[in-house]
Amino acid sequence: MSTENVLEIRGLKSSFFTDKGEVPAVNGVDLVIPRGKIVGLVGESGCGKSMTAKSVMGLLKYPGRIVEGEILLGGKDLTKLSDRELREHCGKDISMIFQEPMTSLNPVLKVGRQVQETLLVHDKNIGKEEAKRQVIDIFKKVGIPEAEKRYSCYPHELSGGLRQRVMIAMAMVCRPALLIADEPTTALDVTIEAQILRLMKDLCRQNNMSVLIITHNLGVVAEICDDIYVMYAGKIMEHAPVFELFDHTRHPYTKGLLASIPRIGDNPEFLHTIPGVVPNMLHLPKGCAFANRCELVQERCRSQMPELVTAAPDHECRCFLALEEEDQNGTGRKGGGDR
Amino acid sequence: MKVILKRFLSIIPVLLGVIVMIFIMLRIVPGDPAAILLGEHVSPDTVERLTKSMNLDQPMGVQLLSYIWNALRGDLGMSYTMKRPVTELILGAFPYTVKLSLMAAVFAWAVGLISGIIAAITQNRIPDRLFMGFSLAGVSVPVFMTSLFLQYMLAFKIRAFSLTSDGSLYSMILPAIALGWNSAGSIARMTRSSLIEVMQADYIDTARAKGLARRAVILGHALKNSMLPVITMMALQLSSMMSGAVITESIFAIPGIGRLATEAIQKRDMPLLQGTVLFTTVIVVVGNLIADLLYSVLDPRIRKEA
Repeated sequence: MSTENVLEIRGLKSSFFTDKGEVPAVNGVDLVIPRGKIVGLVGESGCGKSMTAKSVMGLLKYPGRIVEGEILLGGKDLTKLSDRELREHCGKDISMIFQEPMTSLNPVLKVGRQVQETLLVHDKNIGKEEAKRQVIDIFKKVGIPEAEKRYSCYPHELSGGLRQRVMIAMAMVCRPALLIADEPTTALDVTIEAQILRLMKDLCRQNNMSVLIITHNLGVVAEICDDIYVMYAGKIMEHAPVFELFDHTRHPYTKGLLASIPRIGDNPEFLHTIPGVVPNMLHLPKGCAFANRCELVQERCRSQMPELVTAAPDHECRCFLALEEEDQNGTGRKGGGDR
Repeated sequence: MKVILKRFLSIIPVLLGVIVMIFIMLRIVPGDPAAILLGEHVSPDTVERLTKSMNLDQPMGVQLLSYIWNALRGDLGMSYTMKRPVTELILGAFPYTVKLSLMAAVFAWAVGLISGIIAAITQNRIPDRLFMGFSLAGVSVPVFMTSLFLQYMLAFKIRAFSLTSDGSLYSMILPAIALGWNSAGSIARMTRSSLIEVMQADYIDTARAKGLARRAVILGHALKNSMLPVITMMALQLSSMMSGAVITESIFAIPGIGRLATEAIQKRDMPLLQGTVLFTTVIVVVGNLIADLLYSVLDPRIRKEA
C-alpha cells in the first residue's frame, strides 16, 4: 500500500440489524485520504456519511456493526483490532470532532480536564502539570482567548464557537495524522463557521495533517477541500478533486446538489430541490439507488446498479451516463426555473 | 452560600403550613380527647377539669399560637398517655429509626447502584434481565411481605437472626433489608435507565473517540452524569425512611418514630401525634434540601444558575 495515504477504506459495509432486517447504511465504500489533504464526504442526511466515520472510530452502536471491508491506517486494518487496540489509535493517530459542540462535551467536567485526558490516556509518562501546560498551549493555538482561564471553565460557560474550538483542541492535542470532522460547523453561525474552517485548514497545513470532513454543505467543501466524495444511499456516487468536481460535474445527483444551493440573483420565490426522498435502506431498489429521483433515468438504471467508473483522470462516477455523455452542460448550476 | 440560605429560609413557610394543617385536622376528628383519655364512667365535672387543664377550652387560634411558640422552644407538649414530654419521647425513639434507616439506606444504595450499573452495561443480556427481574420484585412486593418472608426464612427456619429487634446492630439487619428492599429495586431501575440514557449522549462518543477504554468512559464520564437523578432519589428515600418506617418498625418491634406515631394514633394521643408528624416533616423537608444541594454540587450548570 502507498505510504502517502493516511487512511484507506476498502469495500466498507456497515449495517444496522433491526427487527425488520439488515439496513446497509454504508454499502461498499472505497475512500482514500492522502497525507496532508482535506477530503470532503458529502451527502444528504441519512446517506451513511456519519456511519462511515463512526465505523472508522469504532463508535457504531448496537444494533449497528461493520459487516465487511477494510479500514487501513498506515497498513493496519482497524476492523481487525480489538476494542482495546483500536482505542490506542483513537485520539492519538485519528481523532474526531462532532457536529454538536453543545452536547459533545461532558457537562460536568471542566473543559481543560477533558482535553488533558486525551494526553494522559495516550502518554502514560506525561505529568499532570506538563499535560496542563500542553493543553493551554493548544488552547492558544486554536484561538481560545484567555486560555489559562478557560482551562477551568465548564462547557456551559462557553459559547458554541468556543466549544467547537475546545473540541478541535481535544482532537489536535496528540497531533493525529488524521482528523475526522463530522459536520463540524453545522451548529454554528456562518461567521463562526468561516473562522472554524480556516482554523482547521491552517492546522492541517501546519502539521501536515489530513482531514476527512463530513458535511451536507457544498459551500464548506468548496471552501477547504482538496478532494471530494459524494455519497448517496450508502454508496460513493462521485469522486473527484474539488475543481474537477465543480467544473465538470458528472453525476446527476451531484448536479442536483449543486443546483440546490440558493444563489443571490436566483428567483427568490423558488428554491431548487431534488424531488423525492432518500430510498428506504431496508428495501433498496434493485438498480441505481438514485433512479427514482433522477431526471435522466433510463430503463437499465432500474434493474442494474452502475459501477463506479473512472470517467476522466482522477474522476470517478457511478452512472451509466458518465462515460457516454461527456460533461453534459458543465456544472449543472443553471437550476432554478424549470420545475 | 446565598443560595443555601435562601433555600433554607424557604422551608419556614412549609413548616408553618404543615403545623397549621396538622393542628386543624386533629381538631376536626370527632371525639373529645379529655373524655377518651379518662375512659368510661367518669363524671362530666372531671372531664371539664381536665379539658381546662389541657387548655382545650381556649379558642383554636390561641391554642395554635401557643403550640407554635412552644414548639419553637423545643417543647411539643406532654403526651396524654405516657405522661412524659413529647420531645423526650421522640428523641428517645429517633436513634432507633436513624439506625434502621441508615442501615437500610446503605443496603439499598449499595445493592441498587451496583446492580443498576451491572444491568446497564450488560443491557438486554442475561445479567441485565436477571437484575431487573429481581428489582421488579423489589419494587412490587410490599414491605410487610418482604419482612414476613425474611422473618420466616432467616429467623424462623434458619435461625440466623432473631425474630424481633432488640436495637443492636446485628438484630437490625433483617429489618434493614426488609425496609431497603423496595428502595434498592427502584434505585437499580433508575440507575440502569439513567446510565443507558447517558451512554447514548454525544459526549460519550467524544470520550470514546479520545481513546478512553470502556471502563474509563463509564466510570469517568457516564457515571457522574447518570447519578444526577439517582442521588436525588436516594436522598429522598433516606429522609422518608428517617421519618419512620411504620410497618417495618411494627413488625420487628423496633421502638422508633414509626411505632410512636402508630401508638399515638391508636390512643388518640394528640400532642404525641402532632409532635411525631411535625418532626417527620422537618426530616423530610431537610432531606429534600440536602438532595437539592447535592444536586448542585454534582451539576455545575445548576451551581451557576443559582
